[in-house]
Amino acid sequence: MNPFIRIVLSSLALMSSVAFAVEFKQVQTNESTVTFAYKQMGVTMDGTFAKFAAQASFDPAKLAKAQARIDIDLASIDTGSSDGNDEVAGKQWFNAKAYPSAGFISTGVKALGGNRYEARGKLTIKGKTLDVIAPFTFQSTAARGVFDGSFTIRRLDYNIGEGVWADVGTVADEIQIKFHLVVNASPAKK
Amino acid sequence: MNTPIQRYNNTAMALHWLVALLVFAAFPLGVYMHDLPLSPTKLQYYSYHKWIGITILVLAVTRVVWRITHTPPPLPEAIPRWEVVVSHITHLALYGLLLAIPLSGWLMSSAKGFQTVWFGLLPLPDLVGKDKALGDLLTTVHQGLNLMLFLLVGMHIAAVIKHKLIDRDQILERMLPKGMSK
Ligand code: HEM
Repeated sequence: MNPFIRIVLSSLALMSSVAFAVEFKQVQTNESTVTFAYKQMGVTMDGTFAKFAAQASFDPAKLAKAQARIDIDLASIDTGSSDGNDEVAGKQWFNAKAYPSAGFISTGVKALGGNRYEARGKLTIKGKTLDVIAPFTFQSTAARGVFDGSFTIRRLDYNIGEGVWADVGTVADEIQIKFHLVVNASPAKK
Repeated sequence: MNTPIQRYNNTAMALHWLVALLVFAAFPLGVYMHDLPLSPTKLQYYSYHKWIGITILVLAVTRVVWRITHTPPPLPEAIPRWEVVVSHITHLALYGLLLAIPLSGWLMSSAKGFQTVWFGLLPLPDLVGKDKALGDLLTTVHQGLNLMLFLLVGMHIAAVIKHKLIDRDQILERMLPKGMSK
């Protein structure tokens, strides 16, 4: 793109977002979901985390200040079967007794153009913290913003599934984590 | 008396013995895997069981088509009428179970939210949505039908033994290739 047009467009975009400058801060946990998908014997399986706490503050015009934090109650996992749920709470998987929650804390948000963004942050599971990058989209009306995104982790990086379960031929290493966060706006501080 | 044995044709024999072999694999595997603690091995056995079961379904459909389009070799005159009737009913029920059991398994897997991917390659559509109560019901149906299969296969084999040892006729040979019997 011609650099001149680029500047015009981005300042237009900036102006329009400044015009509606609001900060989205109140996470509506009951309307939000954190789900995951994985492959077991080549078959795609879906799961959910029923309980999590989330805090966010996001103003598209002030990305440098954007922040997000999600804490997931690992005991609230639903892998699709009750056997599975008991199993993944156990020592070889999440060891939920010792590490009851998994947490994501953002370190920065970058605009990717349009309504697409990218959050960088630290994901802690089972006592291990690693950097993750989660692309997401953000859609908003005046009062309500919706974040939708996903990223993939390798479970063995966090020692999720040790011993016999370390065999990724049965339960694949890649776990896709998907989030859908509904966040209500509170007027930006002047 | 030495009338030549009226055999089933090769297709019918191949299908019969292949299905028998697979049922003798799927059945004990089903019973065994059910009681295993959750482990990768259990997940693998469930998959293998489902793959074998769907293979049986495909072969059973083929058998039914063969049976509808062919007339089996006539039975020896000496066989009493009641035995003919009972054997027909047993065979009909066996065909029914060979279709109904894998179908109930497929439905059960759908209801439990575990899709069936044949040999890990061919995803079969889920026939019903995820529904725990329905899944549990279908598990009971699958078990009940399998119990019936167990009893009927027992009867089927008992009949072969009776023909061999008591009647001393050549019913078994009808289903055996020429080389394997006198
Ligand atoms: C003719 C073919 C089949 C035979 C003879 C067969 C036989 C059996 C038997 C004997 C059991 C053990 C029941 C028990 O003790 O609990 C079983 C369980 C099971 N079968 Fe099959 N089965 C067949 C086909 C299938 C198919 C096609 C599927 C799925 C696509 C399937 C899925 C299952 C599942 C998931 C279980 C475990 C149920 C549980 O543990 O709750 N089966 N089967």
